[in-house]
Formats: sequence, C-alpha cells, structure tokens
Amino acid sequence: MEATILPEVTAAGVIIKAVLILAVISAIAGFGTFIERKILAFMQRRLGPMHVGPHGLLQLAADGIKLFTKEDIIPQHANKVVFAVAPAITAATAFIALAAVPVFPDFTIPFVDIYVPSIASDINVGILFVLGMMAAGLYGPLLAGMAQANKWGIIGSARTAIQFLSYEVITGLSILAPIMMVGSLSFVDFNNYQTDGLWMVVYQPVAFVLFIIAGFAETNRTPFDLLEHEAEVISGYATEYSGMRWGMFFIGEYANMITIGVIAAVVFLGGYNDFWIFPGWLMIIAKIAFSFFFMLWVRAAWPHVRPDQLMWLCWKVLMPLAVINVIITGIVMMLV
Amino acid sequence: MSLEQFKNRNVGTQNYKKLDLEHSPTCGWCQFKQVVSRTFKPELFVGLWVTLREMGNALFRGKMHTTQYPFEKLPISPRYRAIHDMLRLLESGHYRCIGCGLCEKICISNCISMDTRYDENQRKEVSEYTINFGRCIFCGYCAEVCPELAIVHGPRYETASEQRASFSLFEDMLTPIDKLNLQQEYDGFGAISSNADENIKKTPLAY
Repeated sequence: MEATILPEVTAAGVIIKAVLILAVISAIAGFGTFIERKILAFMQRRLGPMHVGPHGLLQLAADGIKLFTKEDIIPQHANKVVFAVAPAITAATAFIALAAVPVFPDFTIPFVDIYVPSIASDINVGILFVLGMMAAGLYGPLLAGMAQANKWGIIGSARTAIQFLSYEVITGLSILAPIMMVGSLSFVDFNNYQTDGLWMVVYQPVAFVLFIIAGFAETNRTPFDLLEHEAEVISGYATEYSGMRWGMFFIGEYANMITIGVIAAVVFLGGYNDFWIFPGWLMIIAKIAFSFFFMLWVRAAWPHVRPDQLMWLCWKVLMPLAVINVIITGIVMMLV
Repeated sequence: MSLEQFKNRNVGTQNYKKLDLEHSPTCGWCQFKQVVSRTFKPELFVGLWVTLREMGNALFRGKMHTTQYPFEKLPISPRYRAIHDMLRLLESGHYRCIGCGLCEKICISNCISMDTRYDENQRKEVSEYTINFGRCIFCGYCAEVCPELAIVHGPRYETASEQRASFSLFEDMLTPIDKLNLQQEYDGFGAISSNADENIKKTPLAY
C-alpha cells in the first residue's frame, strides 16, 4: 500500500468539518424520522404522511415548527437543572461520537484552499472513543428519567441503566475480535485492512451478529426499546419532556443509529473501499443506508422483548458467545 | 360439510386436530437444546421476509390499503341510509313528489313536515317540505313508503355543517336540474351493492 501525501489538517478545516457533520447529520436525523414513518407505513401497506408537501416530504418542516413552538414544560417537582441538561447530553454525546468516525470523503475547498478531512479528529483510539461516547450517552436518559419526578421516568431510567450497561459489554467484546485481527483501534486502519482482502464479516460473522444485536440495544431500537416503550411506561424517560428538549432526545437517537451504521460499515462491511465498479463514497453511503433501513425493517417485523428476556439474552447467550468468539479468534491467530 | 356434523357435540368422537406443542424442557441440557434450536430456526427471518413482501405488494402491486379519505371515498352500499334525496322525473325534469303525505304520516320521529296546495291545473304541488335532521333517525320508512320513489336515501353521510338547515329544505335535497342526467336511480330496499359478488366469502364455519 503506497502512502499518499495528504494536505495538512488545519483548524479551519476541522471546524468546517464539525459544522458540516452537525448540519448534515441533524438534517439526516430529521429526515430519518420521515423515512421511518414512510417505511413502516409501506410495510403495513399504508401510505404514511402524505398531505404536507409532495408525498409528505415537508412533514419534516411541519414537525420542526411544532417542536420549536411547543411550550417547554418543566414539571414542578423536577430537578430543573438536570432536567434541562439531560437532553443536551444525549444529543451532544451522539454528535461527539461522530467526531472520530469517518463520515464523508475528504475534499479541498477551492479558492480558499482549505483541506477538510474525512474524520474531524483522527485519533488513534477511534473505536474506544466512539464506544465510550455512546456509552456516556446513557447519562441522558438516566438523568432525564431521574430528574423529572415521574414514576414512568424512574422506570425508564432504571431500564436505561440495566440495558445500556449490559449491552456495553456485548459491544465491547464483540468488537474486540476484529480489533485483535487488525491490531489497531483506528477506523482508518480497519478500512485499510479490508482494502485488498475480504470483508471483516466473512472472518467474524459471530462478532458481526453480536454487534448488530448490541447496536439495537445501544440505540434503543425496537426489539430492545424498553426505555420508552409506550405500551408499558408511557414514554419512559421522555414522559415529561415536550418541545425541543424531547426533539433533542430524538435527534440523539437517530444520530446514534447513523453512528452504529457507520461502525458496522467500517469495521465489518468493508468501509469506504471501492467495490467492483462502485466508488467508495457510494459504497459507504449504501452500507449506512442499508443498516438504517434494517433497523426500520426489524421494527416493522419483530415484537419487542421483556426486560428480563433482555437481561437473559445479554448475560446468558450473547456474552458467553462473545467471549468464546474472542477466545477462538485468539487461538486461531496464535496458530496461523 | 353437512349440518349433522355441526350438531354433533360429542367431543370424544370428533376429529380434532391437536396442536403440536412440545413439553417445556425440564433439565438444563434440554433447555440449552431448546435455546439452540430456537436460535437457529429461521422464524425471525420469516418475519422479516413477510414485512418486506408486504412492502413490495403495497408499492409495486397496488395493494396499498390507504384511502385518502377527504379526496377519495369508498363505494357505499345502495342500502346505506344517509341524508335524503328528492328525485326528479327523467323525462320532464319535474320533481316526482305528488304530495301524498305518506312520508310525513309514517315518520316515527315526526321530523318530516310538509305542506301542499293545488296549482292552477288542480294538481298537488309541494309548497313546503322540510326534514328536521336533528330528529331524523334515518330509519328509512319514508323512502320505503313513497309510492313514487321520490324521496330516497342518498349517499351523503358527511352531515357536519354550520346549520342543520343546510340539508333540510326541499330544494336542497332535490336533484339539481342541470345534474339530472347524473341522477342515480334508487334500487329500493333490500338491494344488494353493485360489488356484492366480490364481497362474498365463505362463512368461517365452512373452513
């Protein structure tokens, strides 16, 4: 592999990249809600939003207006500071996690000649940082549920604690085997590892499945959406939230879905390498879009599990599998 | 299937099909085997396939169920009893009502009130005709009794309006003279809907 000389990363480039990520991912997260409603509707043979704009496309704008103009209610007995900060934690950690993830290809802005890198900060512990940030995101629902002086909120935050903490173990252990094979924590190294050879999912199918399952739990998606399952706990940790504070939880959740999609694509599905006749940028977008679609698809198809089933699945099935997978990977690497 | 078989209440002699339920596992190894077999059964993927297939059906085979209601309406049975229509004679365009007063007489909620007089040709003409839709129970007796098929129930089921009077005057219910060619003939009571054949299904007992 020949090393290409990249232009120097300047502060201006990083700031532009950060603003770009924030703007584009927020927009995609908003658009994701529209896509989700449409896909779920199609799978149930409905039309979904149709009236605002052509095929309901402007529903997003209507939702935005509604969220921004809704009254911001803080309950009387709530801990006001924590209640106000908690949604910001969810949204902020979701976006901070995206700082160490390659999102778009790098480019140079013409005329002013500023190089915008593909990763806002290419730190050498990229995967650890991203997983850590996503784990820190559990403070959002946890504090929100505990601060709002609401029974359902308390139940929601208790479920946050058990679910996110348990599945953090699965995420870490499942991704440990690919890390052992690559020998690096940087996403770029993961990408380069799969440039010539097969995709990582071929070597580590078990780790891939475990990671996807844990990803559903980490992003609070349907088979494991215990935190805010409305049939049981009203809206869980988000019961007392309204307006834009609630919207920030939502944006955080969708940004996390995209992050999980990016990690799955880069670590397991060949990253942004060219594939056959398709260029790399198209491949990574296609992979992220597919994992997003897969999350919606699963939501349409599968029922969700009880909290005790969730714990059972995590500690009695997935964690032993993950440990065995790591051990077998280690043995094979030692012998080969 | 003949009627005798349905009348047979003797449980022991009937051909019941037992569900193929396994016993729940007792030992640890049996539980483990059950977990493994359930894990590798493709049932989860069957669920995924079903939703994807339905999405394909909805998008590409025209099996979308949604009716965009204010813009589209489902066809309505001819037996449906909504706001009344007053029909006209097709040849002359004159209203069919002969002022006999039977509908007023039979109305069990006393909501029809009419007044008639003799015109210059000594024919009855309707000088006043109103239906109080605050009282009407849409029983259909007026339409059933009408000897001229003049008052019938129409398909207008959207009865929200600013004033009840918007429906209740004779002129409002009368077919507009310029839409006479669009006037639907009333099939009468007991009429089956035009798509009745498509709606015929086996009764559940026959399955």
